[in-house]
Amino acid sequence: MGTVKFSFTAVAIGALVMAFAHWFHVDYLFFACYTILQFIVLATAWNILGGYCGYVNFGSAAFFALGAYSSVALIKFDGEIDAWFSEGVANALHYIFPLPIPLLIIFGALVSGIVGFGMGYLTLRLRGSFFAIATLALAVVLQTLIVNWDFVGGSRGAYVIRPENLEFAGIAINYIEYLFALMLLLAVIALTTARVIERSQLGFGFATIRDDELAAEACGVPTLRLKLIATTLSGAFMGMAGAPFPYYIGYLQPSSAFGLEYAVNSIAMPMIGGTTSWVGPLVGAILLGSAQQYATVTISSAVNLLIVGLMLVAFVIIAPNGLIGLVQERLRRRQS
Amino acid sequence: MTALLHVDNISKRFGGFVALDGVEIEVQPGERLGLIGPNGSGKSTLVNCICGTLQNESGSVRFDGSVMDGLAAHERTHRGVARSFQLPRPFHSMTLADNLRIPLLYTVHARSGPLRSPGDLDTRCHELLDMVGLLKKAKQMPRDLTQVEMRKLELARAMAAEPKLLIADESMAGLSHSEIDDILALLVRLNERGITIILIEHIMSAVMSFSQRLAVLVSGKKIADGKPEDVVRDPEVVRAYLGQ
Repeated sequence: MGTVKFSFTAVAIGALVMAFAHWFHVDYLFFACYTILQFIVLATAWNILGGYCGYVNFGSAAFFALGAYSSVALIKFDGEIDAWFSEGVANALHYIFPLPIPLLIIFGALVSGIVGFGMGYLTLRLRGSFFAIATLALAVVLQTLIVNWDFVGGSRGAYVIRPENLEFAGIAINYIEYLFALMLLLAVIALTTARVIERSQLGFGFATIRDDELAAEACGVPTLRLKLIATTLSGAFMGMAGAPFPYYIGYLQPSSAFGLEYAVNSIAMPMIGGTTSWVGPLVGAILLGSAQQYATVTISSAVNLLIVGLMLVAFVIIAPNGLIGLVQERLRRRQS
Repeated sequence: MTALLHVDNISKRFGGFVALDGVEIEVQPGERLGLIGPNGSGKSTLVNCICGTLQNESGSVRFDGSVMDGLAAHERTHRGVARSFQLPRPFHSMTLADNLRIPLLYTVHARSGPLRSPGDLDTRCHELLDMVGLLKKAKQMPRDLTQVEMRKLELARAMAAEPKLLIADESMAGLSHSEIDDILALLVRLNERGITIILIEHIMSAVMSFSQRLAVLVSGKKIADGKPEDVVRDPEVVRAYLGQ
């Protein structure tokens, strides 16, 4: 299937999901599905670096939080315009601010992408567990910075009032549906990008980095440049996933934005689905995400991480290459 | 005739250990050079310095008329230096054909050559596999290969980059006689196509039959360089290999 055809199909499936949820008219469905979509984006982003290149990033939460906090910073900035600027400048700024969420998403992607690039550049020589530790350290550093940055609420957190409706061309759209639609679009973009990479020269290059960097260089693969592309892309997508989050959650505090569940989930979902293909993170995120949502409603939200842990242990034993690996192995056996 | 490769007085140390100490080697286009030396004499370090895996501390490496010092390994591959590794390092997650696709995509394309269509790429991969006798296994994974096949894949992948100079780093170690003959014949065929080859090897019969010229490294120094039959009779070489 061509890329255009693929993205159209993905959008069509998304629209169907959307119509289905709208037909039920249950806001909760949007809330729950938003989280799953968000994890699809996060898992796909993680997989670009972790699955394709073999660099395990434990700091996904930091990139996600950066996206969220860049939105908070811009929202807060909007509130301070009158106090900070003279009337003329303030009036001009009010034309632009408050920024619509799509622009916040682009801004979040930029910030997280730049940090991703910086992380890639600083950790070039690190491999395996050392790289993982460095990413974890980055998350701790960034969280400390945010906790001490009063403008975005510091450790108290920040309130972001979600409007009831979005007025668009005279039509009032339920805001949670709007957020859901945005996240759906992001998921489609992330999956399409991952799929394009996988089949391109870039994807082959990423795979050589995962397999053997020395041999890759000897074959003419500019491993350094490719690693930077991967860290930047991966970071940018995580930032995108985080940018609308303040509107979704309403109250953002560092401990929730930098929460363990983001770091763990974005690793566990591709691992469970399978890391070598774009399908893996999608399947993993849907499976694990729905299980968590179900557990949150029926048992308690604290069970979430337990589910992740148990599933991760089970899959490492039963299917080390994830569900996709399991299916591929079956197919290969049947062929031969 | 100007040399294709000129290793000019290069040195490399690891901490206090001097791995290469002012090594000087010239290789003419189309030549078959054998490089021998006891274990730990610096052969692989020399290869790594020529290929850019390691950077030499002093001296310089000139290739095809330009200085390569400071260039990363992949840039040197783009300029026409290819190597095979002592222990085969295939890309484990890819089929044999895809293993060869990498240098085609990243080196041959990068040389501003005509862009190949996917069909051409496939044909070229299959040609290369056919050259080393692995065509039937094009869709298999490297883990399905035997040792000798792995070495052949390694050479085929180096060849896929369409190099001017091929450095074969102990591509015959641990193989049987007939397998060694196989690889030697392959290398001679490549040389006949105009590719300059540096063969690093411990198996003397193979080196002697292959090389037009032989260089000997001992403790990071070149102690002999010349016609193979003269070099092996050199008293210093005999002393280095057999002890006094």
